[in-house]
Amino acid sequence: MSMPFYVAPEQVMKDRADYARKGIGRGRALVALRYVEGIAVVAENSSETLRKVSEIYDRIAFAGVGRYNEFDQLRVAGVRAADLKGFQYSRDDVDARSLANQYAQILGQIFTHEMKPLEVEILVAEVGQTPAGDQMFHIQYDGTVFDHKEFTVLGGDADAILARLTESFTDGFDAGAAVRTGVAALAGPDRSLPAPDLEVALLARGNGRRCFRRLDDAAVAALLTAT
Amino acid sequence: MAMPIFAPGDDPGSSFPELLRRIGGGPAALSASADALGPLPHATTCVAMRYVDGVVMAGDRRATAGNLISHRSMEKVVEADRYSGVAIAGAAGPAMDMVKLFQLQLEHYEKVEGTSLSLEGKANQLSAMIRGNLQSAMMGLAVVPIFAGFDERRERGRLWDFDVTGGRYEEREYVATGSGSLHAGTVVKLGWREDLGRDDAIDLACRALWEAADADSATGGPDLLRGIYPVVATITAAGWSRVDDDDLAARYEHLAASLREGQRS
Repeated sequence: MSMPFYVAPEQVMKDRADYARKGIGRGRALVALRYVEGIAVVAENSSETLRKVSEIYDRIAFAGVGRYNEFDQLRVAGVRAADLKGFQYSRDDVDARSLANQYAQILGQIFTHEMKPLEVEILVAEVGQTPAGDQMFHIQYDGTVFDHKEFTVLGGDADAILARLTESFTDGFDAGAAVRTGVAALAGPDRSLPAPDLEVALLARGNGRRCFRRLDDAAVAALLTAT
Repeated sequence: MAMPIFAPGDDPGSSFPELLRRIGGGPAALSASADALGPLPHATTCVAMRYVDGVVMAGDRRATAGNLISHRSMEKVVEADRYSGVAIAGAAGPAMDMVKLFQLQLEHYEKVEGTSLSLEGKANQLSAMIRGNLQSAMMGLAVVPIFAGFDERRERGRLWDFDVTGGRYEEREYVATGSGSLHAGTVVKLGWREDLGRDDAIDLACRALWEAADADSATGGPDLLRGIYPVVATITAAGWSRVDDDDLAARYEHLAASLREGQRS
């Protein structure tokens, strides 16, 4: 009978974290930033059909980077949890914080108990009735939750993008300025990202009950060229 | 409530009612005859008709429980999603629940799948929900809605009526449901033309409800005292749009004036 090698728990966790980070680092990044009417999410995504950003509920959006099948499963779970809660209580009772906590539970559970951690990072964003109520929760592969007020970056090369965004972000952007700033931060100084390589969605207070609105390529191109 | 995660083989897919069944959060089925509960609120007359741009739907605002008016401002014509609407007649409680679940199902499907159901798919979903209510229907809580909407693929308005077993019948011109449907339906039948425009279609729907209210005690007419008018909405390529009360007030004023005129001569 062969004895399994002893591996220290620290090492196990470190290996898993490295594995997850490597998977996420390969993917393309996305940024979310606040603007006057709500929150803009800009993702680098050349696919027309496989979405990174989507609607969860009236005022809540979801975005994921990393392995598509894994974050898409989380997205659907979020839609289900939100719709169930809204059905059983009221639409007003569905909030991003509670969703973020549930996501954190699941990711944390999988990270410590399963063979393979999920290679994803997700964002749950909620637009408030007033700008003061806007919230962004960034949840990592191991269940760590960060909440951000102004902007956040998910995915590969996040540090460099975050540095660029920190430099260029100011309060009070309109939608166009927010999208242009997000795209510039994603692209960096050496590249330019045209509309077909982008996926842009706005979570805007003025959109009626369902605040989430996806922009098509033409609308994105129009925002990028406007000054 | 934990976030619902399912194994791939066990996934409820994009169906919200199925999800609700898995979680066990659906409303309890009725176990006694509704007669034992005494008179319950019932919703009454609704009509829907096709016109050149799409469909118009209209419903009065009265709910009755036995011989009493239980509610004066009920909204029986409701937006199901951007391109469709439901008009309900029958037991108000289960009907409202059904509409709520139906609206949620359309939105749930759209979010999970990333694309909305076809109009026919929506009608089919509603049909399944009515079928699911059959047990309650047999105990006296029948729900018989109208479903109408704008079919984006075929670029025209379409409408359906249903029976209590979930039977789904597509109508070509118009539908009426509820206690005053005989009168309302006859008015629409006489006035309907293939080339009906928006204004004429709304006037015809108003007239139909007027005549139903005139002959059926369970159907409410325009309530000038409280400023309550029927719910009238159009659904076209531009989506759902409710006709506002000022517009309806003017139309009813005009209708009443022309009827007075007719009596004098």
